[in-house]
Amino acid sequence: MRALTGPALGALGFVLLWQLAVLLRVADPILLPPPAEAFAETWRGFADGTLAHDTWRTVQRTGLAFLIASAIGVPLGVALGAQEKLYRGVEFVVDFFRSTPASALFPLFLILFGPGEGTKVAVAAFGAALVILFNAAYGVINARRTRVLAARIMGASGPRILVDVLIWEALPQILVGMRSGISLALVIVVVAEMFIGSTDGLGHRVINAQMLFESGLMYGVIFVAGALGYALNLLFILLEKRFVHWSGR
Amino acid sequence: MSLTPRETAITIRGLRKAFGGQPVYSGFDLDVRRGDILAIFGPNGCGKSTLINMAAGLLPRDGGEILYDGREVSEIRVGYVFQNYREALFPWRRAAENIRYPMRRMGLPAAQVEQRLQGLAERFRVRFDLNRYPYELSGGQQQLVSIMRALAVEPEVLFLDEPFSALDFETTLSLRDLLQRVLKELGITTILVSHDLEESIILADRLLMLTRRPTTVADDVPIDLPWPRQAEALASPGFVALKARCLDVFQKAVAA
Repeated sequence: MRALTGPALGALGFVLLWQLAVLLRVADPILLPPPAEAFAETWRGFADGTLAHDTWRTVQRTGLAFLIASAIGVPLGVALGAQEKLYRGVEFVVDFFRSTPASALFPLFLILFGPGEGTKVAVAAFGAALVILFNAAYGVINARRTRVLAARIMGASGPRILVDVLIWEALPQILVGMRSGISLALVIVVVAEMFIGSTDGLGHRVINAQMLFESGLMYGVIFVAGALGYALNLLFILLEKRFVHWSGR
Repeated sequence: MSLTPRETAITIRGLRKAFGGQPVYSGFDLDVRRGDILAIFGPNGCGKSTLINMAAGLLPRDGGEILYDGREVSEIRVGYVFQNYREALFPWRRAAENIRYPMRRMGLPAAQVEQRLQGLAERFRVRFDLNRYPYELSGGQQQLVSIMRALAVEPEVLFLDEPFSALDFETTLSLRDLLQRVLKELGITTILVSHDLEESIILADRLLMLTRRPTTVADDVPIDLPWPRQAEALASPGFVALKARCLDVFQKAVAA
């Protein structure tokens, strides 16, 4: 309970500051509505089901992109990490595309996947896969040498060492990669929903609200997107604590 | 020291190893008697660990041979206890699972695995819960788990690489007592690398003192103190005399 007091006070302080800014007329009320109005419009959005639908669509796209990214990034990263020389060979390419803003790839992916669902999920999956791959590979490369030797002396073969030692050694880093990956996937999906012919999703909703001057709703959608990103991050931190209980001990 | 072939567990002939062109071993010979605990002691960087890592098959050698009753290391069962138990145990497996691991790799049936695990726990008078994760145990308990893991396969040769150097003195004394008792009961041929002269003498049947690189034998000291050797043995006249002799040899070997 006490753990929640701090964040709750912080959030309350933020809302009070916002309210104060409205009272002091820091900005035009059309651009900065009172928090109560933002809350009411967001509530209405959820009540009539449309905002819930948009949130769900964004979650779906992000989830799908993340699953594809993990299915590619984890095995490929582990395999490359186990062959360090090979990884050094492709490292530059991985780093290069990891550093390329994913939004710059939209036109290319539009040609490849067409203007439908495919492009949004594919760009997000591409970006997330590189982050996950990079972390998985480094997790394997940085495996404790002593543990590998211990397994070898106990009669473990190469593939056995991969399964019994290297993957476990890399697991903390793989989960860190997945956490960064899903956050990145959410960012890319929301941007894609804004600019690549969408009819739903949080990105679509937020830019629509802006164009229609529904500023209360616009703020609401921003906070929903924020809450989603925060929740995903929190989920992975909990997963890390649960599944890599030995990490750092 | 001359041994008949039947008595010899380990034969090293003409061993050569260099790091970056700097020879560590150039034509090193050694015979180890079956059931002996051989301690290897020498100045830093003289290649003590290099020697047992080559013997254990963890490090390739440049030349010469290391045979176990005529067989290569890959053909025999070996146990190895690393200095750093924190990095040698698998923290994602419970202590008992760590000990079962090499037995499973050997393909022992489950019933026998359990039987050996029980046997080891009794032999080492384990009083802590083996169903805990390594990080939940003290350093001494973790190193004890490492030792049990190494002995689980009933090794023909056991390698100990400075097994107590990360532990406090009290823990070292009790673990040393336990280990010497079990090794003598089981009669396992053991090579111990240590940078603690007292420990080398108290645990060994024979102490090999090495020189600086290129490494040769400075002295080959039989330790015929009676077993068991408890902490009191550290004050016995026999021990004190041996230690004085070894210290003298060591200082000459380092100065040389």
